[in-house]
Formats: sequence, C-alpha cells, structure tokens
Amino acid sequence: MRIAYISIISARYRTLLQYRAAAIAGFVTQLFWGCINIMVMMAFFALSSEEQPISLAQVVSYIWLGQALLGMLPWTVDKEIEAMILNGDVSYELVRPIDLYDFWFCRTIALRTASTTLRSIPMLIFAMVVLPLAGLDNWALDLPASMTSFLVFTISLFFALMLAVSFTMIMHVVLVYTLSGEGINRILPAFTIILSGNIIPLPLFPDWLQPFLNLQPFRGLVDVPFRIYTGNIEALAAGPDILHQIVWTIAFILIGRFMLMRSMGRMVIQGG
Amino acid sequence: MSQIVVESLWKRFQVAERKPGFVGALRGVFSRSYREINALRNVGFSVEPGELVGYIGPNGAGKSTTIKVLSGILAPSSGKCEINGLTPWLNRQQHVKNIGVVFGQRTQLWWDLPVVESFELLRDIYQVPTRDYKDRRDELVQTMQIEDLLDTPVRQLSLGQRMRCDLVAALLHRPSILFLDEPTIGLDAVSKLAIREFIRKLNRDHGVTVILTTHDMDEIEALCERIIVIDNGAIFNDGTLESLRSRVNPERRLKVEFSENIAFSHDDVRIVSREGNTLHLSFNPNRMTTTGLIQLLSESYPVKDLFVENPPIEEIIAQLYETNS
Repeated sequence: MRIAYISIISARYRTLLQYRAAAIAGFVTQLFWGCINIMVMMAFFALSSEEQPISLAQVVSYIWLGQALLGMLPWTVDKEIEAMILNGDVSYELVRPIDLYDFWFCRTIALRTASTTLRSIPMLIFAMVVLPLAGLDNWALDLPASMTSFLVFTISLFFALMLAVSFTMIMHVVLVYTLSGEGINRILPAFTIILSGNIIPLPLFPDWLQPFLNLQPFRGLVDVPFRIYTGNIEALAAGPDILHQIVWTIAFILIGRFMLMRSMGRMVIQGG
Repeated sequence: MSQIVVESLWKRFQVAERKPGFVGALRGVFSRSYREINALRNVGFSVEPGELVGYIGPNGAGKSTTIKVLSGILAPSSGKCEINGLTPWLNRQQHVKNIGVVFGQRTQLWWDLPVVESFELLRDIYQVPTRDYKDRRDELVQTMQIEDLLDTPVRQLSLGQRMRCDLVAALLHRPSILFLDEPTIGLDAVSKLAIREFIRKLNRDHGVTVILTTHDMDEIEALCERIIVIDNGAIFNDGTLESLRSRVNPERRLKVEFSENIAFSHDDVRIVSREGNTLHLSFNPNRMTTTGLIQLLSESYPVKDLFVENPPIEEIIAQLYETNS
C-alpha cells in the first residue's frame, strides 16, 4: 500500500510541475511583495524606539522564507478534486481499493509541495545570493541561526506541511458539501494567511493578542518554523511549538476524516 | 452459487423543490420542500459467473444508479446485495479489488499524464505485481490496438482512443466482474465495433462476468444472451432477447413472394401490406407457429420465396418504453 501512496504523490507532483509559467509569474509577484513588505518593516523599525520581540534581520529572513514557501500555505484547493466533485468523476475515486481520505491526502501533499519547489528555489537563490552580491546585505535572507536551528527547522517545516495538507483536506471536504470552490473556501485563506504570520510576523502583533495567537493552529504553518530558523525561538526550546503543530495536525485530520465519512453517506452522484 | 445477488434494492433520493419565479426563490430561502424520488424500487436479480448481461432502460430509469450501488459508490436505502460474497458499500475497498468499472462519460485516466503513466499508477494502487502487470498490459494493449497511444497525454486523445485506453485501465488488475456504463456512448462505428469485439473476447476467453448498460440495441443484440430491462426504477423484464420480444410484441412477420397474384386470408394472420405478388404477413406465434403457416402457404399456394422477419429490437424497446410510461 505504501507504494501506491508514493506513486500518487509522484504522479500528481509531476503533473503540477508542468505549470512553469504560473511559477515564474508567482515568483515575480512574490519578489515584489517581499520587497514592499521589507520596506514597510524597515520604516516601522526605524520609527519605533521600543525594543521589538523580534529583530529586523530576523523579520527580513522571516519575510523571504514566507515568500519562498507561500505555495505551502493552504490557500488553494486541488483544481482536479474540485472539478471531480462538480462533474461526478469522483465516482472513479471510489472504485479504487484505497481510502478516499488517504488518496486525496497524497494528492494534497503533491499540491502543497510541487509549486513550492518550483518557486522556492529561485526565491532562495535571489534572497540568499543575489541580494548580498548586489550589496544589499540587510535585505538578504540570512543563514539559519545555527546548525541545530536548521535541523529543528526542517523537522518543524515537515509538520508545517502536514498541518497545511490536513487543513487543505478540510477545504476539500467542504467542497463535497457545498459543491463550489467559491464561498467559504474563498474566505478561509484570508484568515489562515494572516493568522499564520505570513503578512505580518506574529510577534509584531499587539501583546494582548499574543495568548490567542499562540494557541491558534495556523501559527504552525509559518511562525513556528521561521522563528526557529532565525533563532527567534531557541532550537532546543522548540519542543512545545512542534508539539503544537502535531496536535493541530492530528485534530485537522480527525475532523477532515469525520466530515468526509459523513458526506459520503449522503453523497449523490448525478448523471450517467 | 451466483456471483452477484441483488435482492429488493431500494434507493430513495430527496430532491429540493423550488417554486418557480422570484417569490418561489425567496420562499426557498426560508423553507424548503423536498420531493422523494425512488431511483430504485425493489430491484432484484442474480448473475452467474461468466454471464454477459445487458442492462437497459430509458434515460433516468435507474441503470446508472444500479451500477453505482453494485460498484460500492452509493449505498442503497434498503435491500441486499452480495458480490463475490461481499456487500459493496460496506466492504468497498475489498470489493473493488475484484471489479472493473468503466463509465462511458467519464475517464479514469489522469488528464495531464501519458496513458502509460496512468496505467502504472493503477498498477500501484491495485498492487499488481510488476511481472503480472507487464504481461497483462501487453496483452490488453495489443487487443485494443493502443500501442501508439501509450505515450500520449490523455487530453490529446480522441474520444474513441480514450475509451479504448479506459477499458484497458479497468482491466489491468484482472477483475472477475466488469461493469460497463454506456461504454460506447458517442463513439464512431469503428471504435464501437472494436470495443464490442473486445468485450465479447473478454467474456468468452477469460470468463469475465460483464454487466453492460447501453442505448445501442445492436450492441445488446450482438453481445447479450440475457437482458434486464429497468424502467422507472423497477425491473420490467429479465430474460433472453426472445422472451423480451414475445412479452412486448409477440408478433412475427413473414414476407412471401408468390408466382402469381393470389387471394389469401386467415383468421390468425394479418396482411400488413401487399406489393404486387409479395405479401407481408403478421401473425402471433402463440396461435400460429411459423412452420405451420409456411406449411399452410406452400401447400395451398404457388410460393416462390419466403422470408421470416423479426421486428427489429429498436422497435420492441421503443414500444416497451412507450407502454410503460
């Protein structure tokens, strides 16, 4: 069975790698967005006299990582799954000797990683190599705080991916109920992206919001791994933060599975 | 023991109803009224291993719903169904290992991938051993003549080419039962014939049980010994083409050419038309046997030529659908 899952991920991954034009367009947009974001942050840090809970250099790295790994955020659904639910091709998914949730989970892993690989490599090269060469050192993405930071970062990044995939799966199951990618799946990403820290790093939010921000699931997508990378969270003290990612991933998987099971019972596949 | 046993299967759907017009739309926001539709009413039949069954009925009769229940995609509202000893919707994953399904209006191939990659994906999903897969694939590919298509992305295939590939895809894991839901819909005559030949071979040489829904009566006539007719969710007839024929329209036709103009009349025989010396006769074989009529004619009249005609199956089916609705 393990082979089947790997084949599904790899087949879907290969398909998604075909969208190179979209990746280039995305790269340019995100470059632009990253630069604007850094300028805003520089102005903000220059005008503030108080000490911030995260340094400007850490914020800059945080922003570039956010741009490089944007595709990993659960802000889109799998277009094929969406079409399949609408036109009834989902019946073919159900004549496979494989659990539908697991099947789609694999497809979603490919969805979340394929575009990320295409975009992150040029973005990382630009932010880590090109910017310093151009003399813009304080604009550049720094190396990880330490080797340990980097190792713990990769672990945390893996769980960030799992968290993103399990949440995307909930969006897919919502599609089964609503039959439409409009509506709730358009609103959700606005919240998840802000709450992940991708727009403004979470430590820069007001103090009174922090207890809530620390509890909510979406910080595990961006805030946790990136702060480990920059050393803002001590690598060896990151246990609770990674546990936070794991707990929410499990919760999302259980919710998604339960919802899918219920929706299958009432599914009506129309047409011949 | 029968391979497929279906007993008193019911499937009810609730359909939201909306009154027409603006007021109706507004009312629908607050209170919805539902209408109950019985897609299947007390459907029951059993199929032996190696049978090739035609499952026919007008649009919306419940053919596809039955196929979906049998393949484990839909759970019925009530009733029993056992296929190879398993209940499809309860043991879905185990059940679908033994069946192949083709929906004529959909494709199970991955749109952006070359055909062969879809096959390999299915190999892994169904856990077909590599050696076995290779033999099986080569055999199917050869019979369906799709060697040249294997490296083409699915989106570039014509409908006929795609359907051939879809059939191969449904059989890679050597299912013992094949459900075909309108496999030849929209295909040209050549593709239709190729697929028909393929189904026949599969059934005859490999003993695969086939349940086939179609609107193509030639196909039914060419392939199926047994025909189940469903209409309005209920089974109307289950038997051979002959039994269906005699039930709906027992009439037989005889075309007789005489060497001279003759006057013929008989209580049990109706003259449909007359062209010169040729008569088109119609009779009920229950009252007058074909041989009896031929004997009667040749004894008393100068018969030059005889031709027994059956009403074409299209006519029978059309008649059937009409009388039922």
